[in-house]
Amino acid sequence: MFKGGIKLLDFKSLSKNEPIEEFEYPEKVIIPLSQHTGSPAKPVVKKGDYVVEGQIIGEITGFISSYIHSSVSGKVIDIIPWDLPTGRKSLSVIIESDGERKSIEKKERNWLALSSEEIIDIVRESGIVGLGGAAFPTHVKLTVPPGKKADFVIINGCECEPFLTCDYRILKECIDEVIEGIQIICKATNVKKAFIGIESNKIDLIPVLNNSIKNLKIYVEIEIKILPTKYPQGSEKHLIKSILNREVPSGGLPIDVGCIVFNVQTVLAIKRAVCNGIPLTERVLTCTGLVGTPKNLKVKIGTPISKILSYCNGELKYGRKLVTGGPMMGIQIYDLETPVIKGTTGLILLPEEDLPEEIQPCIRCGKCIEVCPMFLLPSEIGRYAEFGRFDKCENLNVFDCIECGCCSYICPAKRPLVDFIKCAKFKLRKK
Amino acid sequence: MKNNLCKIYSSPHIHSSETTSKIMLYVIISLIPAMIGSVYFFGFYVLKVIFVSIISCILSEFLFQILMRKDVRIYDGSAVVTGILFAFVLPPRIPLWIVAIGGFLAIFLVKELFGGIGFNIFNPALTARAILLASYPVEMTKFINVLDYRVDAITSPTPLFIMKEKISQSLPSLWQMFIGARSGCIGETSTILLLIGGIFLLLKRVITWHIPFSYILTVAILSLIFKQNMLYQIMSGGLIIGAFFMATDYVTSPITRKGKIIFGIGCGIITFLIRKWGSYPEGVCYSILFMNMLVPLINRYTLPKKFGSKK
Repeated sequence: MFKGGIKLLDFKSLSKNEPIEEFEYPEKVIIPLSQHTGSPAKPVVKKGDYVVEGQIIGEITGFISSYIHSSVSGKVIDIIPWDLPTGRKSLSVIIESDGERKSIEKKERNWLALSSEEIIDIVRESGIVGLGGAAFPTHVKLTVPPGKKADFVIINGCECEPFLTCDYRILKECIDEVIEGIQIICKATNVKKAFIGIESNKIDLIPVLNNSIKNLKIYVEIEIKILPTKYPQGSEKHLIKSILNREVPSGGLPIDVGCIVFNVQTVLAIKRAVCNGIPLTERVLTCTGLVGTPKNLKVKIGTPISKILSYCNGELKYGRKLVTGGPMMGIQIYDLETPVIKGTTGLILLPEEDLPEEIQPCIRCGKCIEVCPMFLLPSEIGRYAEFGRFDKCENLNVFDCIECGCCSYICPAKRPLVDFIKCAKFKLRKK
Repeated sequence: MKNNLCKIYSSPHIHSSETTSKIMLYVIISLIPAMIGSVYFFGFYVLKVIFVSIISCILSEFLFQILMRKDVRIYDGSAVVTGILFAFVLPPRIPLWIVAIGGFLAIFLVKELFGGIGFNIFNPALTARAILLASYPVEMTKFINVLDYRVDAITSPTPLFIMKEKISQSLPSLWQMFIGARSGCIGETSTILLLIGGIFLLLKRVITWHIPFSYILTVAILSLIFKQNMLYQIMSGGLIIGAFFMATDYVTSPITRKGKIIFGIGCGIITFLIRKWGSYPEGVCYSILFMNMLVPLINRYTLPKKFGSKK
């Protein structure tokens, strides 16, 4: 259990009971070459080239980078900069599909026969990144740096953001594959014990998980941890704190306390890449909120968001806003032709809020300080950032902020504290 | 297909329903029982006092914001809260013109000149009272007997005064103290009605238990140590209203829980020091003002340690 955080209405019942549905094969996909944390991939196809599903179209350009694969078969019609859901622009490969669903040859493998290096190579070549939202290249996580030792693998099934249910559906429907994926990860990182952390609002998964663990041949110890439903339980650092009571040092990584954390969908992607030879070309996301029919959809990477929204009978009209990711940390979309990328966990249509036009003064209630899971002083950082004193923000540990949004959520004056913090970080980095 | 229908906001995209004006509204609601009680105990004149105080506060704020070309934000309710609280710490037969001056001082001098809501370093209502007490000592200490308000001339010493000066007048019974049938300031007399308001604020999470609890407990413990009548000490003077409504003022109290407890203990100690050895019978007002000054210092030493700073 970690200190701070907030209780949120989860709205998960909207889409919780919708089985994962395969979304239609897109006519056109826009595949950005920078969907992940790290350096962007380098395009290896030209305009006019014919590509098939799973073919590499972007090549890795450093250790922290990722391969990009085509998610459809068809012709490359352009390579131009395109807006990402993250608000940045990235060079993107636009592919017009021929609808023939031609794919690269899928190689079935037995993971037991593979060495740690071989598994990591496959993961890298399959373009797998963290699918919980941050999109950190997974092969980097799997490579334990020299001098460090991983004690535990932790599977993040918390899904603490309201509305999202895709990870829940994955655990419910593909649990056997996930359990196998966990063992592959343990083999790659040479770990003997894994934890699966889930929030108490998904307690109905326990028998499913237990059954799967009982029926499968298990080579490592897997323990299920039920955690309190509290935002941000799914934050890596807070998950580790809750499960093992270890605190990741400020500025450090989970491996500094002997842990490696993976999202359930990442685990599934690893299993499919290693055992079935399928690179990462699709993901499951939740389309929910004010849409007519909330759904959990398996979508090809690069599918324009407009298609998904209209499929779920959602309309972006006056007084509504569209957000990718969860409502707490997600990003508002202003262009419906923005593609789904590897880190897109959800698509949520929300009512526009009645927030003050002007920045209101802080009344010093201290609620933000009480809820901050990183034990920072959001109100103070906000006050300094408002007047451009970014040096002071740095002294107040602004870089430790995980931007979970608890402070902005709770603020009675509705001060945009996360904006202030993001702004301070940006200005300080530029300096 | 760009759409210009909506403004782009940064995360988070959902917010709690809490707003500044809602918090102020809760505080106003929490003060209503004590307000009704005060009318019952001291007559309709106190309603005039409360009304003049509120109007004076709102007008002062409006005037200042117009004069200084700031955004007019009298609608957030904070001036109303200050107005009610200020009226509550005045004697029941205070001349209305003094009330008007006090409201002006509270808002103009103590709140707005320091930067307005969220920036004042002293509690506006209590500071205004302290200034008035020095300026109009006779009017500010003229207390009347409860339920005798039809006869204006009868003055009656407060229980704290009786205890301190050991004058030959009987103290009100504990029950009278509890319901508020005793002489004192307009809103401070009724322990039960103030507690109802205080508990309402606690339930609505407008305030936390740290300051009221540590404040009252400190006074109680010191009363036991120095052989004072503990229950009288707690229920007399402005301790209850001070602990629940004055010391918990957001801006002028520490921001962390640890700091709040230190603040409460400090208030308790100073209150008791003044009551026992000071020249005034009542110390709540000055103790809170004194601790207000120490808030930046307390904040500095009680800041939370950031996550992951443990070795």
